[in-house]
Amino acid sequence: MLLQSAVSAASQLHPLSGTIAEWVWLLPILPLAGFVINGLLSLAGAHFGPSDPNTPAHDDAGHPHADRVVFVQGDPQITHVEADAEDDHHGVKRHRWAGAVSVVGPGVLILSFLLALGIWQAMVAANPTTPFLQTYFSWMPVGDLQINAAFQLDQLSMVMILVITGVGALIHVFSIGYMRDDPGYPRFFSYLNLFVFFMLVLVLGANYPVLFVGWEGVGLCSYLLIGFWFNDKANADAGKKAFIVNRVGDFGLLVAMFMLFANIGVLDFVGVSAKAVDLGAGSALVTTICLFMFLGCTGKSAQIPLYIWLPDAMAGPTPVSALIHAATMVTAGVYLIARSSFLFSLSPVASLTVAVVGAVTAIFAATIGLKQWDIKKVLAYSTISQLGYMFIGVGVGAYVSGMFHLVTHAFFKALLFLGSGSVIHAMHAAYHRTHSAEDAQDMRNMGGLKRYLPVTCVLMWIATLAISGIPPFSGFFSKDEILGSVFARAQGSTLASASWLGVPGSTLLYIVYGIGLAAAFLTAVYMTRMMLYTFHGPTRTGTEEEQALHEAPWIMTGPLVILAILTIAGGWLNLPEVITDLVPLGPREVLAHWLDPVVGGSTARIIAGAPAVPTSTEEALIATAVIIAVVGILFAILRLKPANLPRARDAVPEHGFEGVVAHKYYVDEGIDRVIVEPTYRVSRTFFWRIVDNGLIDGLLVNGSAALARAFGWMGSRLQTGNVGIYAWVLVVGVLAMLGALTLR
Amino acid sequence: MEPHYPLFYVFHFYLFGVIALASAITFVTRKSPVAAALWLVNTMFSLAALFVMLDAQFVGVMQVLVYAGAIMVVFLFVVMLLNLGHPSELADARGGGWKLAATLIGFGLLSEIIVITKTKLPSQLVVARDFNEQQLQKLNAVGMIAEPLFRNYLLAFELTSVLLLVAITGAVVLGRGRAAGAR
Amino acid sequence: MLAESLALTAALFIIGVIGVLIHRNAIIIFMCVELMLTAVNLTFVAFSRFYGPAGQVFVVFVMTVSAAEAAVGLAIIISIFRHRQTVDLKNINLLKG
Repeated sequence: MLLQSAVSAASQLHPLSGTIAEWVWLLPILPLAGFVINGLLSLAGAHFGPSDPNTPAHDDAGHPHADRVVFVQGDPQITHVEADAEDDHHGVKRHRWAGAVSVVGPGVLILSFLLALGIWQAMVAANPTTPFLQTYFSWMPVGDLQINAAFQLDQLSMVMILVITGVGALIHVFSIGYMRDDPGYPRFFSYLNLFVFFMLVLVLGANYPVLFVGWEGVGLCSYLLIGFWFNDKANADAGKKAFIVNRVGDFGLLVAMFMLFANIGVLDFVGVSAKAVDLGAGSALVTTICLFMFLGCTGKSAQIPLYIWLPDAMAGPTPVSALIHAATMVTAGVYLIARSSFLFSLSPVASLTVAVVGAVTAIFAATIGLKQWDIKKVLAYSTISQLGYMFIGVGVGAYVSGMFHLVTHAFFKALLFLGSGSVIHAMHAAYHRTHSAEDAQDMRNMGGLKRYLPVTCVLMWIATLAISGIPPFSGFFSKDEILGSVFARAQGSTLASASWLGVPGSTLLYIVYGIGLAAAFLTAVYMTRMMLYTFHGPTRTGTEEEQALHEAPWIMTGPLVILAILTIAGGWLNLPEVITDLVPLGPREVLAHWLDPVVGGSTARIIAGAPAVPTSTEEALIATAVIIAVVGILFAILRLKPANLPRARDAVPEHGFEGVVAHKYYVDEGIDRVIVEPTYRVSRTFFWRIVDNGLIDGLLVNGSAALARAFGWMGSRLQTGNVGIYAWVLVVGVLAMLGALTLR
Repeated sequence: MEPHYPLFYVFHFYLFGVIALASAITFVTRKSPVAAALWLVNTMFSLAALFVMLDAQFVGVMQVLVYAGAIMVVFLFVVMLLNLGHPSELADARGGGWKLAATLIGFGLLSEIIVITKTKLPSQLVVARDFNEQQLQKLNAVGMIAEPLFRNYLLAFELTSVLLLVAITGAVVLGRGRAAGAR
Repeated sequence: MLAESLALTAALFIIGVIGVLIHRNAIIIFMCVELMLTAVNLTFVAFSRFYGPAGQVFVVFVMTVSAAEAAVGLAIIISIFRHRQTVDLKNINLLKG
């Protein structure tokens, strides 16, 4: 095939050439094909014209549409619509092509996952030490700049591919049940498939520009999917917010790319990795590049200061939250730093910055999560917090630990989100039954659901234990490894010897470690709080509604079970030596060995010469982490009384510090006042009135018309009809012509 | 290239030149068309003298006969016919500003002409120094012009005669009067 | 005498041009044009001294054309005078507008 014959010369000698790995291009193409097919099916059944009459009156949370966007004579108007209960639709018609979409949408993902498994097997057998490059065409050959559309298959991208296609396939299957009655069913799957396509392009890219294509693409799909129920203005606003905040981060990534090219001249990973040392270890240049790149990561992975979009993104359907805002898209930032490990390991200041920001975000989000009542918002802040952990990991140069936590987090966070999806599905059904306008996502309306959703309850408890860091679940291993790495780096490494804004690196790392422990404690607390309020205690949903509460169908619970198994077993991916020495549980540090060819050099650069942490210290650290987690859970169980919780509509607003936390520290309001309002004002007064109306319209457009008219007036004055003037014009003309001849 | 001219010759050359120039300036500054025409006649006469001094005798005579004797007479006829001689009905020249502008334009053109005249003509055009003398000996003054006129420039000659015919016809038609077409 | 002749020619020509520009009486303008043509004749004659009789031949043509032009032009002026009772250029503005 033409594509497969277009390989770079180097891959001729690669152990993977000629194997199934040559079909790596098919991995993203399959979801792309799914996008096209589902998109066409969606268009085939579309009603064109003003708002879809089949749009459900309630969004995911059962909120009746408060602000509806209605098209009046072609202009969108926002009308306030009362909660109209008679707008309900029992026995709604499914989309005509729903059956085909149910096969195509998850089908392409499953096929992709199987192909990924095949490629993985080939990689295990071939055990390559260099990346496998596939160049498809020359994308931007401009002078010194040579950017190819190329894919790079190495161990790091393999890990990401397996996570994306695997967890993605499970979420697609879940969505078959969850989005069953939605009239936008094919559109949903087409967007999901498009997202997987872009995500795969992101992780498979062999150079920064191709990665950036995927980066932007997942941002686009995030916007499309958050605002999936766009008839509700709040959802559309959330989508816009996500995209715009992401854009701010993208600017950082772009600047980093520009600086890289300006100083090194290459943008592909292999090339940059080879030439990175030319930038100078620890120099201001490398630090600046890394910091700008990290700005991009804060946008995509929702760290301070650009995390504000993620809680709002919960306005999208729950499978979207699971796939994009838990398992895959938000991890792109972590992947980018792991991929650019050769840069970050050269700059201790940038790495320390990453770790510090990650730590602060972790604890900041954890505190907010303590006071959230919407179940999805709790999980959103939990995601932000866990992403902070991942950044701590890659920040201190423990790239393996960061990736390990990424994988395990994908498992248990997807499980949590999908589980909450089952809960919301049941609550939705309950409130439909009584045509109630209550919030189906508010935990104060839940309680005691373990009677009605026993399977979901057990599975979510598994995930909660995992996220809190209780052995032997996967979260324990990954989180503990991160904290252990921080401690080890604090003892001795390039980071410890560096100084960050005057503070010595080792002190900073110890502080980061402390913050990590505190955040772990808070994680245990708020996750247990969530479980208590949702599944235990008395049921606050209402006696009428209770009868409609039921377990989700198996098409939704099946993926949950698989994810739970992965959550339990995930720890075996990277068992630390400490534990395998004590208890021979299995192979040690599989993931570390797997990722060694990619990030090993960078990690070694950071650890260089540091003394190994004694085993007893490691054991003490592990014990500390476990104790803190257990204490957190117990604290929550003992302190929180779900029985005393009022229902959502009876709730009293919080005061004082609790109120501040409940309002997310007023960050959104602050940004609104400091950045958004002034921007509006400047735009309206200066840019609109002066520049747009005055300068462009007035001076340039109207001005050029006036200029033409002036020239015409001047020309008309020459044609007077007066013969004497004609003689003058003639002579002056002769003068000019002779002048041109003589004065040359 | 030029032979040495005797003083008599040079003196009279300059004399007639000055007369021509002064007459021309006076001609331009007259208000009355009759006065202007007469001064122009004077200019023609001096130029005819200059022609003769430049070995173009036939042309000089033609200048007097045709220009001064025919064309200027026609001008004066027209002036008399239209009764334009009385100063009270005369049209003034343009105002002071216009005069100044015209003078400036004139100076501009003058400088350009001077620059142009500095160019060298190709040397193939130059004939022998005494070529004109020889021609004059061979043929007389009239013959000196008639020979190229009827040999090399015959076509132009014929066309010019057609032109004259057309001009005469046109002048007659135009001058006939308002009701001329109806007849 | 070539240089002096050419200088005189240039001066006469310029005087003719200035006359055309200044006057508003159509007949005087016409006469200035005649002056310009005469100056050109002088140029031709001056050059013909060194470049052969072709210059004088051309003078003949110039004179002929000048005569034809004078006849026709004056006929036009007479026509205009019959219509407008004036030869002032200021009033000959039918093309205006």
